[in-house]
Amino acid sequence: MYSKIISCGVLGIDGYIVEIETDISNGLPAFEIVGLGDTAVREARERVRSAVKNSGYEFPLKKITLNMAPANIKKEGSSFDLAIAMGILTSSGYIDQSAVSKSMFIGELALDGEIKPVKGILPMAVCAHRNGIRFLFLPEANAREASVVKELHVIPVKDLRETAAIIKGETEIKYFEDDGSETVPVCSDTVDFADVKGQENVKRALEVAASGAHNCLMLGSPGCGKTMLARRLPTILPSMTFEEALEVTKIHSIAGILPKGVSLVNTRPFRSPHHSISDTGLVGGGSIPKPGEISLAHYGVLFLDELPEFSKKALEALRQPLEDGIITISRVNASITYPARTTLICAANPCRCGYFLDQPGKCTCTPKQIQQYLSRLSGPLLDRLDIHIEVSPVKYTELESDKNIENSLAIRERVERTRKIQIERYKGLNIYSNSQLQPAMFSKFCRLDKKCRSILRDVFDRFGMSARAHSRILKVARTIADMDMSEDIKPIHLTEAIQYRSLDRKAWNV
Amino acid sequence: MSKSGIGRDGDGMMSNIKYWIWLSSIVNASPGKIYQLLKYFRDPALVWEASEAELAASGLCTKKLIAHLTDKTARKETEKAFESVKKCDADVITIYDKSYPELLKHIADPPLVLYCKGRPEPDETCVAVVGSRRATWYGLDMAKRLAGELARHGVTVVSGMARGIDSQAHKGALESGGRTIAVLGCGIDIAYPPENRGLMEEIIRHGAVISEYLPGTGPARYNFPARNRIISGLSIGVTIVEAGEKSGSLITAEYALEQGRDVFAVPGNINSYNSAGTNRLIRDGAKIVTGVGDILDELNIRHDTKNTYSSVKKLAVMKLDRDEKTIAQRLLNGPVHLDVICRDCGISVQMASSILLMLELSGFVEQLPGKYYRLVE
Repeated sequence: MYSKIISCGVLGIDGYIVEIETDISNGLPAFEIVGLGDTAVREARERVRSAVKNSGYEFPLKKITLNMAPANIKKEGSSFDLAIAMGILTSSGYIDQSAVSKSMFIGELALDGEIKPVKGILPMAVCAHRNGIRFLFLPEANAREASVVKELHVIPVKDLRETAAIIKGETEIKYFEDDGSETVPVCSDTVDFADVKGQENVKRALEVAASGAHNCLMLGSPGCGKTMLARRLPTILPSMTFEEALEVTKIHSIAGILPKGVSLVNTRPFRSPHHSISDTGLVGGGSIPKPGEISLAHYGVLFLDELPEFSKKALEALRQPLEDGIITISRVNASITYPARTTLICAANPCRCGYFLDQPGKCTCTPKQIQQYLSRLSGPLLDRLDIHIEVSPVKYTELESDKNIENSLAIRERVERTRKIQIERYKGLNIYSNSQLQPAMFSKFCRLDKKCRSILRDVFDRFGMSARAHSRILKVARTIADMDMSEDIKPIHLTEAIQYRSLDRKAWNV
Repeated sequence: MSKSGIGRDGDGMMSNIKYWIWLSSIVNASPGKIYQLLKYFRDPALVWEASEAELAASGLCTKKLIAHLTDKTARKETEKAFESVKKCDADVITIYDKSYPELLKHIADPPLVLYCKGRPEPDETCVAVVGSRRATWYGLDMAKRLAGELARHGVTVVSGMARGIDSQAHKGALESGGRTIAVLGCGIDIAYPPENRGLMEEIIRHGAVISEYLPGTGPARYNFPARNRIISGLSIGVTIVEAGEKSGSLITAEYALEQGRDVFAVPGNINSYNSAGTNRLIRDGAKIVTGVGDILDELNIRHDTKNTYSSVKKLAVMKLDRDEKTIAQRLLNGPVHLDVICRDCGISVQMASSILLMLELSGFVEQLPGKYYRLVE
């Protein structure tokens, strides 16, 4: 007998409908799954066989053929187990085909029939809703995540037996209801800029970075607070819209890093991968493509600590997604696009021993060593870092002082205001912030008056700045002017922007 | 002075130079001992030719030294050394030459031979300016300033071309158009530290670079203390700008005392590790330097310098607005971090960095790595 059960797979960050067709016919007992399943899917045979048997049903001793359509896309993971088991129960006549046709089944089966949580529920739920599915049967632990899609009836189920009973009408349907036990803040909101004592100039620089979505580089001795400062950047970025949160949650759901009991990631992600990460780890990929750290940091902050220690290959791979805001991974049978719009914060020691920026005499490096160390930073990636911040260690007296420090919320309000100005200005240009300004747009949006031009000329002559500094300075100056709610870039905006280009100064020898 | 002795005095002189090189490169006895030997035999050629018995008769040689002096392989090596001297185009000044620095001749253990590039003048007035390799901004500034003013008063600044204070001393002298001499602890054909190659060429043009070591000798750490006796030996006074508790410049100060030279020390903050050595020298009787006048007075050089700070004067004449003035005044005591400037002057970060850039563009302020700012001297 033939049956058709609906389940869902994930490609990129979107779900797609998978139809599980089961046919039981006479012949030698066999159980065949076709439709490009990976090892986890093939092993579903054994899990399903035991689960069906242990749930009190008879596993048909006939020739079973199971097809997962569309048959040309590779399917992975154990989330099809429940649908496969339902297919067998329907084909063997335990369940009526008409009772399951408007439902989607997702879940992994244990041998005793218990249903276990799986990854990527949110994109599947979105996909179900889009395709007119009314009921979504899924593992209890995943229910909250799917409940974000309000129009969908989410039915959390404990085991195979309960699922069948609900469908047959033997048990009452228990829809998922939010009991308000959600444990939000995934990250960041536990930290605040008010925790940072001193470091006024760094905070200002980070505010500029947040206001214009500029990528930045922090240089400073070990322990001076680079990581602490970077970790607080997400708290001053504008709060996420629902659409943004949905997109971030989808990515995190696919990667399986969504904390238990969280339906929607509504704080901006902060990712800080270790420097031993591979290029695939950073930008995504693999034979079965997975989102990389840059996608996990989508709409948030990607923090690369100890930048010079990252492999060259990994950093090279970052260039294109940083520019485009997406990363496309091409495989033989599919090309997958992950979003990757992130603010990149890099941190590095200024030299091998790390103390070059402290008082002279503390650093044990020779000028040549310093130059060599810094040259590892230079190149194409440096081109994408608009702001250079020099971080100095805080004096103990400042750690003790209880001077009133501005908290993240106050800063964020200003940042949101500045971002709004940019969104207004760039309407219809397909960009949303000053950091995305293209050189062709400079003449329109970053016009300099005579005084500014002469300052800039002076600066280039005197400091021997490299050409790459020019466009960076203009973009950052535009942001600072916006923060000041000034239509024009004034000398005070320009001069501050110039101060954020430490590495371009000749004195640094980079 | 003999241009490697070649061409000028004919073959006789040329072979003579070879004996000098041979004698000076015997490292198994102290330079003082070798000098005594030379004085006994009068001519290095005679030492070369002296028999074992004659050497023993001098009463200056141990058995071991005699063995070294008559060693055949060492003599063969000399041929090679001679070739290398010719190749690197250095002048060879022997202690008998007129161009040999007069003051240096009278120390207990003068180098018999100096390899030299540039033009040393035998009776120029030299003052050494030396100090720590890992100095503070204060030390670096003072070295440059003192050396510059000494040079302006016709004094040749002697130093060791090391990193930190030494390099700044040479630079200060060169920038004010004066003469300077670098005494190396390695062969004269080697620029050490390597980043000073350009500085070395500059010194050769406006002074001299000298070394007692054969060309090709690497910068071995044990060469440097010995080199310091030449620095003090060349000079009538030695100025220590910054020295830690165990700094090599304290060795120079000791040599200076042994050789009867004046020792000057620049005082520093008593909390500063880099001034521990100099402050101790002052406590023990070195002359304190509060301005170049203190050195010039001691040397009986006429001068009209007063110990006022040039930046204070500059500040008075600069046309600055109120905020600019507040910031500039805050910088009078040395480099200050941007955050500290903002806090102390009550100016926002954005305003302060903007003002500081404008001051920088007008050449009044300088930005140091780490967002420190200071007044340009």
